[in-house]
Amino acid sequence: MKLYHITNNNAKAVALADIPVVEYVELYNDLKERMTDCRYHVAHYFATEIECGLKFYLILLDDETSEVLITSFIPDYYAEGLASLTALHPQFHPFEREMHELYGIPFDSHPWLKPLRFSFDRRDRESTMDSYPFYTIDGDELHEVNVGPIHAGIIEPGAFRFICDGEQVLHLEIALGYQHRGVESEMVRNQNRLRQTLIAESTAGDTAVGHATAYAELVEKLANVDVGDDLKRERMIAIELERIAMHLADTGALATDIGFQLYQVACEALRTVVINTTQAWCGNRFGKSVIRPMGTLHPLTEDKIKLIRKNIADVRRRYNEVREDILDAPTLLARFEQCGLVPKGEMERIGGVGQAARASGLRRDIRATHPSGYYAEALKHEPILKHDGDVMSRLATRMDEVLQSADYIETTLASYKPATKIAEPDYEVKLQGDALSFSLVEGWRGEICHVALTNSEGEIVKYKIKDPSVHNWLGLAIAVRSEGISDFPINNKSFNLSYCGHDL
Amino acid sequence: MLFGKAKILRSHGWQYIPDLDAVTLTEEFRGFPLLSDGDDKGDIERAAKICPTGAITTKPLTLDLGKCLFCGECQRCAPKNIKFTNEHRLAATRREDLVVVAGQTMPKFDTSAVRPEITKYFGRALQLREVSAGGDCSVEMELNATGNVNFDFGRYGVGFTASPRHADGLVLTGPISENMAEALDICYNSIAEPKILVVCGSEAVSGGLFAESPAVNRSFLDKYHVDLWLPGAPTHPLCFIDGITRLRKKNK
Repeated sequence: MKLYHITNNNAKAVALADIPVVEYVELYNDLKERMTDCRYHVAHYFATEIECGLKFYLILLDDETSEVLITSFIPDYYAEGLASLTALHPQFHPFEREMHELYGIPFDSHPWLKPLRFSFDRRDRESTMDSYPFYTIDGDELHEVNVGPIHAGIIEPGAFRFICDGEQVLHLEIALGYQHRGVESEMVRNQNRLRQTLIAESTAGDTAVGHATAYAELVEKLANVDVGDDLKRERMIAIELERIAMHLADTGALATDIGFQLYQVACEALRTVVINTTQAWCGNRFGKSVIRPMGTLHPLTEDKIKLIRKNIADVRRRYNEVREDILDAPTLLARFEQCGLVPKGEMERIGGVGQAARASGLRRDIRATHPSGYYAEALKHEPILKHDGDVMSRLATRMDEVLQSADYIETTLASYKPATKIAEPDYEVKLQGDALSFSLVEGWRGEICHVALTNSEGEIVKYKIKDPSVHNWLGLAIAVRSEGISDFPINNKSFNLSYCGHDL
Repeated sequence: MLFGKAKILRSHGWQYIPDLDAVTLTEEFRGFPLLSDGDDKGDIERAAKICPTGAITTKPLTLDLGKCLFCGECQRCAPKNIKFTNEHRLAATRREDLVVVAGQTMPKFDTSAVRPEITKYFGRALQLREVSAGGDCSVEMELNATGNVNFDFGRYGVGFTASPRHADGLVLTGPISENMAEALDICYNSIAEPKILVVCGSEAVSGGLFAESPAVNRSFLDKYHVDLWLPGAPTHPLCFIDGITRLRKKNK
């Protein structure tokens, strides 16, 4: 019997009837072997209520063949529990923890079955933020440092608990959930698709374009509409602008944390140029409102194309000066090199994605492995890989990606004449009923995955969002092990993970 | 090595905006909306229907900036009735002043609602503690930007501080998630009197898209007096700078 329905990131939505319903034991045995190969990783794994209990959906990505494997299972209502996949492959941990938190499913021999985000609809209402079961180690010479939920700067809340031996971090545990706003349940409160688009945009405000693109592509698959080359191209420009802006911000933030003011101010100013360019395009510095399902309200005009090309060329030149100087700055390299190591093998085990994974030599980049839109049709993206997996590698990945994205924008716009006919957004088009639609987008942090289920009327009744941070927070915890606690800030900035994207 | 740094400095040039009040944002920016009511309610009703946060009322036509996410879709539905301008100065001292009515040409900033001690104590220096309670990180980044090399709000003695014990006020962002409600309350109560409370971003002002979410608990705002309401998704740094500046101004 077929274990998976095989599709890809460019195909239309999948009819629910086409997704095999398998026995968990068979799936477990298959995954046991399959997931040891790093070409596979889990994109999403969630449960949804059906009439007689719960139905589980699993979406796996095969990076080599660009295939997406989807399967489902319905465990017996009276089953004692499910054998934990996390025990074999740690990358399953956030997904199993979420299902345990929401539905109380026991995952046998799960090593870390703790609450994930203290969702408002969690099963155990006695379990609250204050009672998070932090890991502890006994020892007269150890001490604990708690940071958060409110941090020193203007950033989002999250609680960090360090166990230290002197200055050295033995263990870091990150408790999240403070930002939980009920994104997934608000997505299906009603069928106003403008509202859904805006919720996607504010899932993680620094990845507004990435999440909005994921939503738009998901809806277009359900509507079975091809939006045309021009719109795909403009979306690519928007997402690469966002990538440049955030990588610039993080270069500046890393410099700030070692007190290197020159790079900090230079990068702040450069980021301002990029986000003001986005604002001149669509009216919002974060690119909110540029991505809409089926069309756009802000097609590129001759003037805007000229402005983007001019500003990006300028930013590219100026940033490259900063980049070359960074590579030649011993005080900076002394702090960043060999600090916060996450070896490739560890990244594989935790299912790391995005630029953090690429910095450890793991080739995870949706633009190359599961391309959609303009990436699939015109751009042959080659991911930038570094191999050391330290803070410097993560910075170097960002630096090279800025230049790469700037080149993509320049080469694409050089030959681009404004579209004569570009569709306006459409929030009313009929969607395919009884279907599962997913989208995969490489945001600046990494792989964004949205999944929706529709009912027979074509209404979206279940919406699941996975921000890349869900995979990568564990990477940060691993990176700081055995480092000095004073190196935590630079490690944190080198990942720059999203709290709201994780907490939803 | 020095040559490289000189190159960066030369390219960096002069980034600071000399007069923050003289800035006009790009035409595309959606700020204060001009409304004109009409007899034909069809367009307005369509706009009200699609508005994701219910910011628009039809009879009479009003638009609540505290709920507005500035997506611009209502203008597409009712171009004759709603027109967003690039006016970024949107601050209000009272929540109800954020409701724009037809024919209104300027945002309403009522100086009579400003407590006299604000000018007295904070006219020269103001240190703020920011708390994000479910914020989506965009407002937070814009608040960070107020202190950067372009805006440099620090030149007027306004900055953000780490400890609430050092702060003169609290800036709240986000719709106030239930999981953050207690920490927010503790933080606010750790700030010594006199203090100000600034609510920044449409999500904080009204809850925005999450106003009805069961994961949100907005009782904090029922308990304490808000001195400044700043709409926006996110609030533009210049909107924040303008609001704080007017709040502290003498001889109002």
